[in-house]
Amino acid sequence: MGRKLLLEKAHVEGIRHFDVYRREGGYKAAEKALTTMAPDAVTEEVKKSGLRGRGGAGFPAGMKWSFLAKPEGIPRYLVCNADESEPGTFKDRYLMEFIPHLLIEGLVISSFALGSNRTYIYIRGEYAWIVDILEEAIEEARANNFVGNNILGTGFNCEIYVQRGAGAYICGEETALLESLEGKRGNPRIKPPFPAVKGLWDSPTVVNNVETLAAVVPIINIGGEEYAKIGVGKSTGTKLISACGNINKPGVYEIDMTISVEEFIYSDEYCGGIANGKRLKACIPGGSSVPILPANLLLKTAKGEPRIMNYESLSDGGFATGTMMGSGGFIVLDEDQCIVKNTLTLARFYRHESCGQCSPCREGTGWMEKILKNIEYGKGKKSDIDLLWDIQRKIEGNTICPLGDAAAWPVAAAIRHFRDEFEWHVDHPVECLQRNYGLAGYAEPLAVATA
Amino acid sequence: MMNPFSEAKMKQVDKIIARYPEGKQKAALIPLLNLAQEESGGWLSEPTMDYVAGLLKIEPIEVYEVATFYSMFNLQPVGKYVFEVCQTGPCMIRGSEDIVKHIKKRLGIDVGETSADGLFTLKVVECLGACGYAPMMQLGKYFREHLTPEKVDKIIDECTQKAAQQN
Repeated sequence: MGRKLLLEKAHVEGIRHFDVYRREGGYKAAEKALTTMAPDAVTEEVKKSGLRGRGGAGFPAGMKWSFLAKPEGIPRYLVCNADESEPGTFKDRYLMEFIPHLLIEGLVISSFALGSNRTYIYIRGEYAWIVDILEEAIEEARANNFVGNNILGTGFNCEIYVQRGAGAYICGEETALLESLEGKRGNPRIKPPFPAVKGLWDSPTVVNNVETLAAVVPIINIGGEEYAKIGVGKSTGTKLISACGNINKPGVYEIDMTISVEEFIYSDEYCGGIANGKRLKACIPGGSSVPILPANLLLKTAKGEPRIMNYESLSDGGFATGTMMGSGGFIVLDEDQCIVKNTLTLARFYRHESCGQCSPCREGTGWMEKILKNIEYGKGKKSDIDLLWDIQRKIEGNTICPLGDAAAWPVAAAIRHFRDEFEWHVDHPVECLQRNYGLAGYAEPLAVATA
Repeated sequence: MMNPFSEAKMKQVDKIIARYPEGKQKAALIPLLNLAQEESGGWLSEPTMDYVAGLLKIEPIEVYEVATFYSMFNLQPVGKYVFEVCQTGPCMIRGSEDIVKHIKKRLGIDVGETSADGLFTLKVVECLGACGYAPMMQLGKYFREHLTPEKVDKIIDECTQKAAQQN
């Protein structure tokens, strides 16, 4: 059993409410931070912890905090990114739904560290009922003097507001989120300036993911150094993984980043193996935008080493033979799944969610969807596969925000690792409508080059 | 212009606007449109949007450009119950297409259409963040998860009964 820092108490009856959360040791970290530590000392602990942003990019959180500009007389803001929208990802929802006070406590501590007196939680519009859960938790925290004016007699004031979006994946990108929070279309801003200098209403702003802010609570409780001892290398602490697809036990799991991908998929403690006795074909381990890997590259790296569920091991080999930890949205595909069709649904998703600002993304995502549709339905040409490759190459890196990359990578990885399946669709236009390509050789051991 | 808000809701409107610093009331736009849509039978008419513009002292075009950007705003009338079935990868591999097919057959409508009695609208949507509980759909404020054709039938019956009771 791995160590649990976030979800340990998530199943205690009544933990959604202040009294139970408090009885179970809640708000001790907030007390410790606000009454015994200076704001910079809190930031220092987060730095020492090695905590990396849990939204997908994995940027060190303490470093992000230390970039925050602090000009005199200008308000600073902390904004919590709860716009969880990356297909495969539903971990923040779990955290907010079952243990909302952990997030509120993390927000109070982080707001104190950053000097934010108005803190906003921007939550995706579809999570409508979670707004009520969070607002209730905030009111309970206020009644107990952990939110509002003069918190715990320290003179620190902090209001926390929940802002609901209205359905736009792009608002998970931090500058689009800020635009949306200001009441505009979610069009990402050109960086620099970064939000740390010019963010919400042009004021210095930190935007962090829900899980990142919740992790601040155990970091303050046990200390940054202790937190950094959990995990391995630069993958410190614990990570929430939301597992879905063709597995026996879909759900949200907290892991310390030392277990192997194989253990995560097959052990009963986690995914419980592939559903219906099928075989593993492929997996997208970090949310839909990260590269898909066939079973043989997923379980072992190209060097033949077991692949571990952490930032470094998942990305081992770069995009040629590796993938990314991303948001922890772990999508498992069994032998009956069609890679072309799966890629088509993801391409359609990104076309739908492109904000339309940058032409490579606006035009490219729609073009890729059309080509994939042709291939999937037996109307593709061999040259379409190269065309797809060419289009994704021209989107990647040529847009204001990372949505372009996010749209390009799944297509690139599918062609890179499953080209024969695409070609089979083209060569068998009738058969491909009647059956799937199947497992083929994607689970067969790879020849490992020895030096 | 049409005020979609009851007196009680107007208090909520004031509370929402008070969340933002002086002069930044435009930030209340999306929350107010969400509220206006709930109060206006699930969609936003031009007069409703114009009213919200007036409330926030912004130009109507600033409201339209936002209302047309976000997929949860309906700019045409919808049924009393809107079934929004997720069709993205993780739901697709767990059978969302069969769910859509079943709803189409049961209600006799296509995607994007509303049933003749005005009760049901069927939409397909992109990932709603419930991938581990697939296939799923949004119905009003809540998610309906682990859908099967039988479960969908129950939901339809439940809605029909509820609507009959309200009439």
